[in-house]
Amino acid sequence: MSKKMIEKEKHISVGTRPERMDAKEKVTGHALYGTDINLPGLLHGRVLRSPHAHARIVSIDTSKAEDLPGVFAVVIASDLPEADDRTEKAGESTINYKFLRDNNLASDKVLYVGHAVAALAAKSPDVAQNALELIEVEYEILEPVLDVRHAMSDKTEVLHEQIRTDGPNGSGDTPSNIAQHIRHVKGDLDKGFSDADVIVEREFTTVPVHQSYLESHAATAVWGMDGTLTIYSSTQGAFLARRQVSELLQYPMAKIKVIPTEVGGAFGGKNPTYVEAPAALLARKTGRPVRVVMSREEVILGTGPGSGTAIKVKVGATKLGKITAAQAELCYEAGAYPGSPVHPGAMAMFAAYDIPNGQIDGYDVLVNKPRVAAYRAPGAPQSAFAGEQIIDELAQKIGMDGVEFRMANAASEGTERLDGSLHKSIAIQEILGVIEDHPHYNEPLDGPNQGRGVAIGFWDNWGARSSVEINVNSDGTVNLISGSVDLTGSRTTVAMQAADVLEIPFENVKSSMVDTDSISYTDTSAGSRTTMATGLAAVEAARDVLAKLKAEVADMWSVSLDSVVYSKGVFGTNERKSENITFADLAAKLSGQINGHGNVNVENWAGAGGGTIVDVEVDPETGQVKVLRCTAIQNAGKAIHPGHVEGQMQGGVVQGIGWALYEGYQYDELGRVLNANLLDYKLPTSLDVPSIEAVIIEKPFPSNPYGARGVGETPIISPAPAIANAVQQALGKRIDQLPMTPTTLLDKIGVI
Amino acid sequence: MSNKRVVSSTINGQQVEFLTEPQQSLLECLRDTLGLTGSKEGCNDGNCGACSVLINNRLVNACLMLGIEIDGKDVVTVEGLANVHELHPVQEAFVLEDGLQCGYCTPGFIVATKALLDRNANPTEDEIRFWLAGNLCRCTGYDKIVRSVRLASQLMNDAKEGPQ
Repeated sequence: MSKKMIEKEKHISVGTRPERMDAKEKVTGHALYGTDINLPGLLHGRVLRSPHAHARIVSIDTSKAEDLPGVFAVVIASDLPEADDRTEKAGESTINYKFLRDNNLASDKVLYVGHAVAALAAKSPDVAQNALELIEVEYEILEPVLDVRHAMSDKTEVLHEQIRTDGPNGSGDTPSNIAQHIRHVKGDLDKGFSDADVIVEREFTTVPVHQSYLESHAATAVWGMDGTLTIYSSTQGAFLARRQVSELLQYPMAKIKVIPTEVGGAFGGKNPTYVEAPAALLARKTGRPVRVVMSREEVILGTGPGSGTAIKVKVGATKLGKITAAQAELCYEAGAYPGSPVHPGAMAMFAAYDIPNGQIDGYDVLVNKPRVAAYRAPGAPQSAFAGEQIIDELAQKIGMDGVEFRMANAASEGTERLDGSLHKSIAIQEILGVIEDHPHYNEPLDGPNQGRGVAIGFWDNWGARSSVEINVNSDGTVNLISGSVDLTGSRTTVAMQAADVLEIPFENVKSSMVDTDSISYTDTSAGSRTTMATGLAAVEAARDVLAKLKAEVADMWSVSLDSVVYSKGVFGTNERKSENITFADLAAKLSGQINGHGNVNVENWAGAGGGTIVDVEVDPETGQVKVLRCTAIQNAGKAIHPGHVEGQMQGGVVQGIGWALYEGYQYDELGRVLNANLLDYKLPTSLDVPSIEAVIIEKPFPSNPYGARGVGETPIISPAPAIANAVQQALGKRIDQLPMTPTTLLDKIGVI
Repeated sequence: MSNKRVVSSTINGQQVEFLTEPQQSLLECLRDTLGLTGSKEGCNDGNCGACSVLINNRLVNACLMLGIEIDGKDVVTVEGLANVHELHPVQEAFVLEDGLQCGYCTPGFIVATKALLDRNANPTEDEIRFWLAGNLCRCTGYDKIVRSVRLASQLMNDAKEGPQ
């Protein structure tokens, strides 16, 4: 693989804003999502869910449901084979197959309200719904564990008798709700704090928030007479879904074909499968296609949100503004099964700064809530909410401007993070420079009760495996297929990169996502990786096409391969200047029988930094926070499609605003969710947010041919702390919990 | 044994008759009975707008109406906006301004935008944001949607002023 970057003059499509390949299908309503799949003889699957947060299943009697006319099959956990107690990486999260099995259909215990207990297939959604009520489950109710700090004490119920804390000094002796304790240490913490003139310490809490993709989880399974299991799934990763179903059913991968549909939003939440295996079981039992689609309530109750957290932070600095030590304790709710994003949360904590002495302790904590899933930069918005407020407070105590203080401590290439990693090429200083110079940072606020806040963040991104194939057609156009699920435009951005390498017009490339039978392994579309890593696979595939075409040319003209040159769509040879043939003419000569393969495993990728400037106005009567103006700054390395990068930034920021001001699970003391609908779980609307100004910085990552970095996740990290810093400026009070609802604010300012 | 009723209405310009049970929502009828899956279900309780359709030119959430309620009415769904060869200017504008990402909320936004521009040919940004507040988008942060609506307004006005 060539490590050389592609020179700027060969960026023809890259850096422009072509129309999205999927746009017309989507604006006309023709695009097919998971929920739209319909097949002859389709049965409707529904899932019975636990009404209890913590209970032992004593018995399940499905006979009355099975007897209801129109019901074709009922399945429970015992219909799934026993699963291995084995953990694997899945996107930025992990999957343990025993736990995944129990999360698909509970076997011995239910661990949250909404936990799946049984599934059935019926002739209509109404019959299915009625049949659910006929399934009799006897529960032995246990005390729910709902608070992360309480869960960590030894005076509480444990969710899993077999779990011992996996800690820095080995495994614990007794059952615990702390599944893991990680520790990062750098330098001498005590000395660092003793060198400090000012120390600030605070504790912050956040509650679970949901990814809230508008399309719920949906899968349609068909079991062929030849033993082929076909699943149409609204998943982020077709191969990841196939692996999970293969493990859950203990059925060979070759006989499972996952067809990825268009996906109505995912944001990390559609890495784990929930309905695919139950749909497959029901399809096998009935011999009919079975579609299982979740309701909105089921999505909120039964699928992974982002972690609720309790975070303690302590940071010290000198009077001159140098940070001498930083310490954090990160307690992250995993929900019902281990696997919170405490690792990336700890990675991101203070990652934007050069800190000589530090310690981070992270805890993965089991509570009776749905098992969390990745949500856009998983773990980082929570740790940044704490860290970036402390940084702000420290600057205020020292009497320095917040941006200047950050600049004085900014990390750069080669900086050792608290987690021990060395930063590659990053642009924290450049981002701070843009903030300092931006009109938004310099123009005065124009009213009472207003405040301006700034925060920055760093995210490590992901690389991993991608496969692309390019088939050349006899008219010179090409078909590009990839194993990546296109969530927000990667078909287009990947094709742009291939078009430029092939030196053909972007319009001549048709790019599609395909099923798992049709291409080799590709990791899930997660970790901001797809445009970068699948783009690299497309670059490799295009280079493979050109190499094969050059060999054909050498053969055709009887010249040496080394003499064949290709530029702007025309092949020539240095041996005889008179010879030339266009890409299209050569393709015609070969009847298009040329294909190129790109199989990459990207192990060297770059993180991305970003920042937010935000103005708010707080109504002291009602406690309501209005976001007046918001500017997002981000290092994209190279914006392959600047319009898409802006879209990622604006969308990520608005999700961050939702996290900051509106969103969060509300529980009663029994662990029942009080707001499992989109009225009470409030997402930002067009009226709640201003137009987000997106400022793209392009500091290339030299190991990518275009210098590209992942961009999808970083934008969600810094909005919440920036808003909290702005609210602090407006009110003179620091808000240490999310969401910053009117009630929370009125409580802080002493009104209620 | 069946409670099914016959409903007769005009959907996307075509006279349609279909059977529905009285409790079935219009959204179920459109999607499951009539195969018009362009209207999406996001919440099924009127909070997301992904199922926005026009009934006698009025913007409604199809999940909040029953199928039997459209008897004798004129219904336009997202599938009814483009003709075979040409996008509706609202659709064209969303394509040109990148006013979509995952696209799941897009049919609802397109229909809601048409309803807005039919009433107000030159909406301000505030009017656009106010009108569209019943449609949730989780991907875009709304900026490019607002820009799409402004462009749609311009395209529709240009078409009106164009050569007769």
